[in-house]
Amino acid sequence: MRAPLLAALAAAALLATAPARAAPDNFDQVERGRYLVTLGDCVACHMSTSGNHQGSQGFVGGRPIETPFGNIVTPNITPDRATGIGTWSADSFYRAMHEGIRPNGARLYPAFPYNYFTRMPREDTDAIFAYLNTLEPVSNAVDRNSLPFPLNIRASMLAWNALFFEPGEFRPDPNRSAEWNRGAYLVEGPGHCGACHTPKNLAGADRDSRRFAGGPLQGWFATNLTGDERTGLGAWSADEIVEYLQKGRNARSAASGPMAEVVEYSTSAMTEPDLRAIAAYLKAPPTAAPVAPARTALAADNPQMRTGEAIYVDRCGACHTRSGEGVARMFPRLAGSQVVQQEGSETLLRVVLQGVRAAYSPHAPTSPAMPAFGWRLNDDETAAVTTYIRNAWGNAAPPVSAADAARMRDTLRDRP
Amino acid sequence: MRRLPRKDVVIVGLGWTGAIMGYELCQAGLQVVALERGPWRDTASDFNIGTAPDELRYAIRNELFVRPSQDTVTARNTPDQTALPIRRWGSFLPGNGVGGSGVHWNGHTWRFLPSDLNIRSHYKERYGEGIFPENHMIQDWGIGYDELEPYYDKFEYLCGIAGQAGNIKGQIQPGGNPFEGWRQRGYPTPPLKMQLNQDLFTKATTELGMHPFPLPAANMSQAYTNPLGVTQAPCTYCGFCERFGCANYSKSSPQTTILPVLMRHPGFEARTECEVMRVLMSPDGKTATGVTYIDAQGQEWEQPADLVILAAYQLWNVRLLLYSGIGKPYDVSTGEGVVGKNYAYQANSSVNGFFDDKLFNSWAGAGALGMTCDDYQGDAFDHTGLNFVGGANINGTTFHARPISARPVPPGTPRWGSAWKKATRDNYNTSTNVGSQGSVMSYRDCYLDLDPTYKDRLGRPLLRMTFDFKPNEERMSAYVTEKMVPIMRAMGAKHIVASPKKGPWSVVPYQTTHNTGGAIMGDNPRTSAVNKFQQTWDVPNVFVLGASAFPQNAGYNPTGTVGALAYYAADAIKGQYLKNPGQPLVQA
Repeated sequence: MRAPLLAALAAAALLATAPARAAPDNFDQVERGRYLVTLGDCVACHMSTSGNHQGSQGFVGGRPIETPFGNIVTPNITPDRATGIGTWSADSFYRAMHEGIRPNGARLYPAFPYNYFTRMPREDTDAIFAYLNTLEPVSNAVDRNSLPFPLNIRASMLAWNALFFEPGEFRPDPNRSAEWNRGAYLVEGPGHCGACHTPKNLAGADRDSRRFAGGPLQGWFATNLTGDERTGLGAWSADEIVEYLQKGRNARSAASGPMAEVVEYSTSAMTEPDLRAIAAYLKAPPTAAPVAPARTALAADNPQMRTGEAIYVDRCGACHTRSGEGVARMFPRLAGSQVVQQEGSETLLRVVLQGVRAAYSPHAPTSPAMPAFGWRLNDDETAAVTTYIRNAWGNAAPPVSAADAARMRDTLRDRP
Repeated sequence: MRRLPRKDVVIVGLGWTGAIMGYELCQAGLQVVALERGPWRDTASDFNIGTAPDELRYAIRNELFVRPSQDTVTARNTPDQTALPIRRWGSFLPGNGVGGSGVHWNGHTWRFLPSDLNIRSHYKERYGEGIFPENHMIQDWGIGYDELEPYYDKFEYLCGIAGQAGNIKGQIQPGGNPFEGWRQRGYPTPPLKMQLNQDLFTKATTELGMHPFPLPAANMSQAYTNPLGVTQAPCTYCGFCERFGCANYSKSSPQTTILPVLMRHPGFEARTECEVMRVLMSPDGKTATGVTYIDAQGQEWEQPADLVILAAYQLWNVRLLLYSGIGKPYDVSTGEGVVGKNYAYQANSSVNGFFDDKLFNSWAGAGALGMTCDDYQGDAFDHTGLNFVGGANINGTTFHARPISARPVPPGTPRWGSAWKKATRDNYNTSTNVGSQGSVMSYRDCYLDLDPTYKDRLGRPLLRMTFDFKPNEERMSAYVTEKMVPIMRAMGAKHIVASPKKGPWSVVPYQTTHNTGGAIMGDNPRTSAVNKFQQTWDVPNVFVLGASAFPQNAGYNPTGTVGALAYYAADAIKGQYLKNPGQPLVQA
């Protein structure tokens, strides 16, 4: 056991009013922490730059997290005294999680989603801290100052917090079931789903009026998680949500991109009751969903649709089938697909141009991949086939322009 | 040479047998490293749907195969000839890279007949010694069908083979192969959708009193998830199986059945572009201590290991044994020695039919799309008075009509020019084929050894092949091909061209990649290189997997039996060998 933890436990024992006794075996607390670290998907951001996420390597930091304001490099959260959190106490860890403030008083950037972690009770942050302290300390000094002026002045976060941040632990809704409340805690707390799936304002804060409406993210488009039938989860059953989170795929879709990491590191390792709780919460959100704009499909004789259909038949139909049905759990269904009908076409363009590998999960290890087509489709053709996919078989979504395709090509060139 | 940390197991080659053994031994808790001399290959990146069906690149320029400048063999027909190197692959196409030949195969997935495995004693009992051809070396396998059945089953369920059972636990099943050995259950997936060729073939053979059934196919008739949890998708009948990687996750290969799980296994590591030079031996020559290999940078490494699995292609397995001094090399002048003996091949034949009134749409095919008859297979028929051993299956298949190579024109057509173009147009879609896949027996003067003259790029002698088709095989092929002509006639062909297999064997035209033997299995260390568990008799911690273990070749594609034998060996290693490592599993 690490020295700081011992010290913390000793202090707790001294303060206790009960007669002095041996420090309790914290096995249960560490196990709880291990699971909370999974719920929070901590490794997705804090793992080593090599992609190794085994043991301590999942927490050594150094990965640049892309934000609209610049890259923020994640810190080392192994218990190394010089470069990690080895000198922190459970109190200071709680303060960081709860208020976004480091032991030295410096403000954390909300790329670290303390606006979600603030919902976690003290016993949960203590458990995470106890688990992190079981890791082998790894010395890994990370250059944290990568943001441009004035954002590199951490005090600027004071104003941000005043405007957008409300600390406070999760309060269950007594009118809802225990399952729903558990789901609410997971989604709004450690799971921090909205960090990606809720659109941001110009200051990078969640737009509460657009909760879970989805938005552009790191060259992808985080999907709408509201109850909208076309672009959200309205047509998905709770079972389908559970299967998707556990296996990275279901009969409708396959997780890819950043969500593939979420599945691999986090949701595939969650217990089934927790996944059911998340599904129950997502299917019955506490506030009315923002209304998605009504859409009608482009006419089939639209020139882009005609070109797109010809390309689709030649290039896409072998796997995704002529009718857009796909092959369940292998090749995603495009007819009625939530992913392809998002407001933004980023994900669809990216997948067509660059290809993508579907999520791996121990429950569904195949992890099939879509090949790249960027080398054989020009911008007009890419725009046509994606427009067709977004407007065929009852789908309806804004058309894609050649300029959109060119922009995504540039994005991928800069950020392969 | 730099020495690496020891592993429990080193596997040479990451094709079907390497992947099967790697997974099974990792599951047993061992630390396994596989060394593959070719590149990493994966579906979406290497078999991109936009490039996968490129006939020029893959079928003409042979992208998936070993480059002859990297490695080749020398070949000759008889021991008194001087062998010359094969400088461009022809008769057969050795695979290269992760997945090995399991990437570019067609997917015919057979079980051998029970009487194929005890062929010597079976024929002797039924017909007497007199039936065996001159100078033959035909041997029993040292394993019975009943022992192998569970492992055939395991391989078929790994792959998701599409087929129709003919014999479930002794009960003959309608629509299946009535001659096959018993199986514990049906195939995991139903047969593929048949084409016009198969419909006509079925009708014709039924009328002729034969027993047609769907060819067991490793092309998926529907989505299938195997016991490892890996899923394949339905075949699209694109017709680009043989010589190609599958872009649609529809053809069983190590990539589509095992590697997604194996590559993430904490006990497993694969190193590609690493060419194994030889197996290292202890000073007393009784134990292997590992292997040496050269990586892509030319650096030589020693990989120590407790267990050495040779899982390369048949030819290269034999060569590594010869380089490493494991087992006594075969000497043709005395008939003594075991390594290199009993090289065998496959005697195929075809009957082409040209029709007036049929459109075969041969473009839409799959590697193993076909109907088959086993009426003249192995010893499924009476050989009394026939003067040959063995047989062949008879197939009506539709597996490709590739634009460059599929030019079915009648004999007498000019080889180029407007008449040839017109004949191509007239016959491309109105002709079809019935083929046979025949057995090849083993002979005293058909063998593998090291060439005295030619060396590879690393200075090692090339492997030398000495082989020819013998009168026994020519008589068998003539007999079976004669049975195929009436089928084609009944299918309605107006013009029929029959081509039975005839010697001499030439390395130039493509025939089949079913090379067998050279490290054969058996029950006696004087006549075989490995025991029935494919463990070398002389060095108990070396196992040699693959078709190199076949004492002679049956009238079937080898992969089903190769897979079953790999599982059989893996079970023996896990269940017996590891309890008492370094000991022979069969007492000599």
